[in-house]
Amino acid sequence: MIELSDFLILGAILFCISLAGIFLNRKNIIIILMSIELMLLAVNMNFVAFSHYLGNVDGQIFVFFILTVAAAEAAIGLAILILLFRTKRTINVDRLDSLKH
Amino acid sequence: MAFEIPNFAPALPEIFVFTMICVVLIVDLFLTDKNRSITYLLSQATLLGAAILSVAIQSSVPEYTFSGTFVNDGMGTVLKLFIYLSTAVVFIYSRDYLIERGLYKGEFFVLALFAVLGMMVMVSANNLLTIYLGLEVLSLAMYAMVALNRDSSVASEAAMKYFVLGSIASGMLLYGMSMLYGATGSLDHTTIASVISEGSSDDIVLKFALVFIVIGLAFKLGAVPFHMWVPDVYHGAPTAITLFISAAPKIAAFAMLMRLLVEGLGGLVEHWQDMLIILAVLSIIIGNVIAIAQSNIKRMLAYSTISHIGFLILGVIAGTSDGYAASMFYVIVYALMSLAAFGMIMLLSRKGFEADTLDDFKGLNQRSPWFAFMMLITLFSMAGVPPTVGFYAKLAVLSAVVDIGLVWLAVLAVIFSVIGAFYYLRVIKFMYFDKAVDNTPINSAYDMKVVMSANGVIILLLGIYPTGLIALCTSVLA
Repeated sequence: MIELSDFLILGAILFCISLAGIFLNRKNIIIILMSIELMLLAVNMNFVAFSHYLGNVDGQIFVFFILTVAAAEAAIGLAILILLFRTKRTINVDRLDSLKH
Repeated sequence: MAFEIPNFAPALPEIFVFTMICVVLIVDLFLTDKNRSITYLLSQATLLGAAILSVAIQSSVPEYTFSGTFVNDGMGTVLKLFIYLSTAVVFIYSRDYLIERGLYKGEFFVLALFAVLGMMVMVSANNLLTIYLGLEVLSLAMYAMVALNRDSSVASEAAMKYFVLGSIASGMLLYGMSMLYGATGSLDHTTIASVISEGSSDDIVLKFALVFIVIGLAFKLGAVPFHMWVPDVYHGAPTAITLFISAAPKIAAFAMLMRLLVEGLGGLVEHWQDMLIILAVLSIIIGNVIAIAQSNIKRMLAYSTISHIGFLILGVIAGTSDGYAASMFYVIVYALMSLAAFGMIMLLSRKGFEADTLDDFKGLNQRSPWFAFMMLITLFSMAGVPPTVGFYAKLAVLSAVVDIGLVWLAVLAVIFSVIGAFYYLRVIKFMYFDKAVDNTPINSAYDMKVVMSANGVIILLLGIYPTGLIALCTSVLA
């Protein structure tokens, strides 16, 4: 029998990986976009686990909405990424430094 | 289980705005650049219609619908009306600016109206799911708006930064929401509040959830230490978009703070109070100190926004209905001041020229004494100098904080707002005592000049007679 805490720990690990992916990565913006998706999936894991153990279906409905929004968010993120590449010819994180006073 | 048709009446303004967005979207397809003003007028009509509907369906007792996920109450109505007002003013101010830069397209209006729809849903949310969806409709529209000027590399960089940090904030907020759901077994604010007050849920999990939710809210509000995106987005985005982002979404963020922390998690007030004190203190200190070093006025106003957010949080910290009313008053007043300040930058800008450095304000008094005076009122109000309304806004939140015995917090806030007065006064010195570098006459549309003057005069008049608006805020939060 898999306990609730196992799912929560998995969710927490996924969440930490995604945060580390965002903050440690200095190379490529696409990796940041992937990390953001992973962060939302970590949350989904929590919601589904709680929903199952509480016997309450609301959490699973929330997951459907998160998945839908994540798809829209990825579309906008990639659109901005293409724009960035067109204007700057690079998607290197370190090169996003023109906005300083 | 029988399917019941929900009561649509409390959500009529939202339904109307959504329908009109679809109409604007389709009508705009058939328009050429010459008659783009039809899109503009339709968008203004949408806001006017929504305002009329909101007033028509207002109710003094909260009305719940859609299985309790949506609420129509006094606070919601007042905040929505100010959201419509500030968006309408943004449309008026930004029209010429957008035409001169080739951005006067249907996308601007459709995205702005989608953002308004998201804000309306956020203001009326009574469920974690509704809050999240409203927030995302607002955020996704704003990411796209920041990148509206496709040829500008700073705008796309700002959009990317905004997108990444905004998504992290949403992720944090969601993680907190999932923990809150696990601890209370519900997504509904009313149920969450009653479960917390019974004390049957696990306290540790609740506090854990609260930390993530506060971080998510702080990101969205732009409070220190989660403020990194604010200066870059304000600086990089086209000024018309900065104007939009700086006004109405702050009102919606205040509503989110009220719905989540006060209505949902009101039982944990002693826990979130401490976290908010840290956010408020850091925001007021860092916002005011770093603003002094800025030479770009959009960046300077961004740091000033951060310090205003600190003051806004002060009223919520008090945890009393007077404190909430003071915060609500503050956020409405802030939206008015921010419209005037960014509007002035657009008034001085022209084709191929952005008046976004402090030097561009030099000698404004020689070029136009009236608009220099309007800017003077706005800056005095932001600094909190009587008799402008900014003084009463600051006074109200500070007295709420003093009422609960946090005198040190009030003293600190006053000290740093005095330090902050320096950079506002510096702009005033430039306007009145320096020679104009650029003597181009100020040409802008008649309606913009009228609304701009009205905006400045309202800031002054509300300062002389603040009781009406304060009473309104107190009555809807009582």
